[in-house]
Amino acid sequence: MKKIILTAIAAAALSTAAVAEPIKIGIAAEPYPPFASPDAAGAWVGWEVDFINAVCAAGAMECVITPVAWEGIIPSLTGGQIDAIMASMSITEERMKTIAFSDKYYNTPTVIVATKGGGMTPDAAGMTGKIIGVQVSTIHEAYAQKYFAATAAEIKTYQTTDEGFQDLIAGRVDASQADSIAVDAFMATDGGKACCEVIGAVADDAAILGQGVGVGLRQGEDDLKAKFNAAIAKVIADGTYDTLSKPYFASSIYGG
Amino acid sequence: MLAPLMAASWSELLAWSPPGWGATLIAGLGNTILIALGAYALGLFIGVLGAFGKLYGGPVTKDLLAIYTTLVRAVPELVLLLLITFAAKDAINAVLRANGFDTIDFSGVVAGIVVLGVVQGAYSTEVLRGAILSVPAGQIEAGRAMGMSPMKIAQRITLPLMTLAAVPGLANLWLTCTKDTALLAVIGFIELTKATSLAAGTTKSFLTFYLAAGALYLALSLVSGLVFGRIERWARRGQRTAGGGGI
Repeated sequence: MKKIILTAIAAAALSTAAVAEPIKIGIAAEPYPPFASPDAAGAWVGWEVDFINAVCAAGAMECVITPVAWEGIIPSLTGGQIDAIMASMSITEERMKTIAFSDKYYNTPTVIVATKGGGMTPDAAGMTGKIIGVQVSTIHEAYAQKYFAATAAEIKTYQTTDEGFQDLIAGRVDASQADSIAVDAFMATDGGKACCEVIGAVADDAAILGQGVGVGLRQGEDDLKAKFNAAIAKVIADGTYDTLSKPYFASSIYGG
Repeated sequence: MLAPLMAASWSELLAWSPPGWGATLIAGLGNTILIALGAYALGLFIGVLGAFGKLYGGPVTKDLLAIYTTLVRAVPELVLLLLITFAAKDAINAVLRANGFDTIDFSGVVAGIVVLGVVQGAYSTEVLRGAILSVPAGQIEAGRAMGMSPMKIAQRITLPLMTLAAVPGLANLWLTCTKDTALLAVIGFIELTKATSLAAGTTKSFLTFYLAAGALYLALSLVSGLVFGRIERWARRGQRTAGGGGI
């Protein structure tokens, strides 16, 4: 029995120790249009998926897209289940305590979308007595907790941004804070058009909202980080970035 | 880009090939069945050893098994799942690294089978222990009188006689097991529930997809009921029939 178990463990260990393994890129296993959503054939599509492919091609890296739950995405990285996170994760000081980041590859404003005619404004006073929906473990949750917790009735957290939007349609929350591009995609849907309006961007707080979205990497893996930085720079310099953005966005989302 | 899908009817949404999501859901069901079968088999294996250990083992074995069944049945499966996927893996890998081995990677399938199998094992232990106790003592004494070894008694008398008492409880465990696989959605493993939530979230047709998933789980239960009905008839061969059976 002991022998069998040892052999099984050895086999499992060997299977993961093969030479020149592909880089496992973790994305969040949830629909997050227009960045990454599953299609009916089981493949992942969207701007970020195209960008991952472009970066991997530019850096001559062999990549495999691995969907993992958003809440467990950092433990999956530090635990070795994935090798990089490319899931619209903002570079923040809080996250830099556990993981490292590449250079940013996009940066978009944070906005609040609210039910129509609620007279809300994207500041603490304008949120008085309202319920705000945010995705758990995001910059939006951290921001809402810091600025709106005192005046708002409740900060409600969701496993996915999409679920928060569904509750906004259902009227269980009065407003949702999210990335402007995700909000634009929501406002393009029938449900979004019918219920809600964008009430504006929140005041910036770089310490919480971060310096844009980067590739999350394990600390100390500087070679891989250099590889990603070079590949991102190449994709931006040779025009691939603009080409692949065109079908999704009217203007560049690289940001300042 | 996804707008045309949102207006699609349920028959288009559930069609087998894209843009229908039928194949995705069935692939999810396949993963669900795979994990349920693996976990159930592991659970039965643990259960048989655990039940005999609890009844006939030494004091240390009995105490250890009591701790196992108490702990596992007390802690929610979800907590155990998160514990094994994130915490236990780090710990195991730290030990492997410290001893100069390569680290291992738990796939969603392995983590799922191990967690649900360990949980099933605790419940199986109790179901099988009850079944063993239902075997008339006289039958076992007769075996001893014939000079059979404990292994022979287990093989020829206890196991065949206990099966009938164990089947209804084990059928229940199987059903729990198929539904517990839905917990794996939490760690992002794409089984039936996760496949459904992805399809529903992407197309916004929540009702259609969750009803479809419900129908698939129901179908799985009904088929399981037929199988367990047959097993029960087989286990009851040569005895008076009492009706019932199946799930």
